[in-house]
Amino acid sequence: MAATSPTTVETPPAPPAEKKVNRSGVGAGAGVLNLLNGTFLLIWGLITTLPLLWAIVSSFKTNREFLTAPFGVPGAPQLDNYSRAWTVANIGDYFFNSVIVVVFSVPLTMIIGAMAAYVLARYEFPGNRIVYFGFVSGLLCPVFLAVVPLFFVVNNTGQLPVIGQFLGINSLPSLILVYVAFSLPFTVFFMTAFFRTQSTSVAEAAIVDGCGHFALFFRVMLPMAKPGLISIGLFNVLGHWNQYVLPVVLVNEEDKKVLAQGLAALAVSQGYRGDWTALFAGLVLALAPVLIVYVLFQKQVQAGLTAGVLK
Amino acid sequence: MTRSPSTPASEVSGTGEQRKRPRSRPAPGLQHGKYGFIVTFLLLPVGLYVLYSVSPYLQAFFYSLTDWGGFTPDYEVIGFENYTDLFSDDQFLVALGNNAILMLIVPAATVILGLFFASMLNVGRHGKTGITGVRGSGVYKIVYFFPQVLSIAIVGVLFKYVFAPTNSGGILNNILVGIGLDSLAVPWLGDPRFAFWCVVLVMIWSFVGFYVVLFSAAMQSIPKDVYEAALLDGANRWTTFWKLTLPLVWDTVQVGWVYMVIQAIDGFALVNIMLGGGGGPNQSGDVLGVMLYRSLFDDGKAGFASAIGVILLLMTLFISVVFMRLARRERVEY
Repeated sequence: MAATSPTTVETPPAPPAEKKVNRSGVGAGAGVLNLLNGTFLLIWGLITTLPLLWAIVSSFKTNREFLTAPFGVPGAPQLDNYSRAWTVANIGDYFFNSVIVVVFSVPLTMIIGAMAAYVLARYEFPGNRIVYFGFVSGLLCPVFLAVVPLFFVVNNTGQLPVIGQFLGINSLPSLILVYVAFSLPFTVFFMTAFFRTQSTSVAEAAIVDGCGHFALFFRVMLPMAKPGLISIGLFNVLGHWNQYVLPVVLVNEEDKKVLAQGLAALAVSQGYRGDWTALFAGLVLALAPVLIVYVLFQKQVQAGLTAGVLK
Repeated sequence: MTRSPSTPASEVSGTGEQRKRPRSRPAPGLQHGKYGFIVTFLLLPVGLYVLYSVSPYLQAFFYSLTDWGGFTPDYEVIGFENYTDLFSDDQFLVALGNNAILMLIVPAATVILGLFFASMLNVGRHGKTGITGVRGSGVYKIVYFFPQVLSIAIVGVLFKYVFAPTNSGGILNNILVGIGLDSLAVPWLGDPRFAFWCVVLVMIWSFVGFYVVLFSAAMQSIPKDVYEAALLDGANRWTTFWKLTLPLVWDTVQVGWVYMVIQAIDGFALVNIMLGGGGGPNQSGDVLGVMLYRSLFDDGKAGFASAIGVILLLMTLFISVVFMRLARRERVEY
């Protein structure tokens, strides 16, 4: 996105006269202002990182150190905090639940979202616009409008014959399907735009080679959509991993809770009885994976997350 | 590679209106079996979406007109009684006021800070080579974005402890005591005067980075020679920002604003975690999302809770429409 090539921009004008104008125009005091700008940026950088850093450092302290030396470094790293968080505080269970949900919900969202988007983007049929705008209008609705009936819809799916035993409230498969449904508006909206721009000549060549509808999608068009799938996939990974409202409404059994929800419940109920450092260890376990994914793929993550607004 | 997501999308949004889209491209060779294929591909996504998303949205409107408790099957249609009850409920008015703060003050502060930092990062440096971003702007763009990738629930837990009382290890109060401002080290989340404002600050904290990155992308696409021309004309930073940068990124600001209103509207996670399900000290920090949750699960008033959901939708739509109207300006071409 930031394809800046300063050299090419600067070379065409480049007469020394320009520099002189530059200096007389705004040059006076520019150094001071540059410094001031730098200071503001640094301050916000600290405001952003210090709370996170504090959590990470605190997660290695003893509870005594946490209370008595809030700015100190831990005497010896207390790895025991992490094992207490993992086992005693159930963070391990929550972590696995979150992993299971994301492992199924994101690929499912991407595949069926891409299928719908592909059909909507490249096939003309009666009702195409209705389906498309049906999905897109979901982008404007606050989740909270759906919360009350959703609880009862999910509850009722538990009464269904045969599959009911896997669904209902307090079921990870239910949670996965609900995540998928609520991610479809954005995924379909974005992937439709993506499939519309795909080259038709490749599709035509594939048809000449004898590809049917299904083969054309799975062997040609879907692989070609990989950059879009990656951006929106990352968006959905973060969204599903971080989801809080839906699990709070749909899951209340201790061993089915997901990470963000479980950790918040610990903090809210004060169920920790003064074991702050284990809570911070749990906090670090929750934020470390997303921060690592983000730092590794920061260009794609930023592109994927801002794409929703930039359209 | 990385720019692909936004580029094709923006190209397409224009052509969609003009009905020039390459629909039904696999024709003429592939008319056979087309409808079977379409139905197969739409069945699962549309089915899931209707079951878990569309049907609850529609049901919410209906239930909001009933006295349904939620956990028994019987209910009666009572018209707009839930709504009239809501507006004579003092707690609802407290929550509504707090939601208004979230929908107005949080986006305003975030947009101002976002524009401020983004313009510094991208056009903030006036030097011998013209206007550029400050040194290290790449690092800042990575770091500022951190809160955006974290769960708002995790952010809530983190700041519950940042604002905790001094003797519970709250870092803010320890800093205040450390620099001699003991009198300011109050129990932030336990005081009705401050509790909700802490939530507001945390929400701004978690949003700003995203908008810095968003506005940066918009500012990066402004041609450099526009700035060079302004510089030659002797424009200072202030004029450059108001006359150049802001008009050229205004579209993005506008869309970002509406997007943020939708994000900020429920405030559920932060209030529920930082202040508790009751809405904080004297219920002063209550918001509609938390009230809805209480009405459903604690009070067993599903119809009443649905009415709160409908109010939330109306607020979102109202603010979006009003803002889009107010903010409409001539689109600047460059």
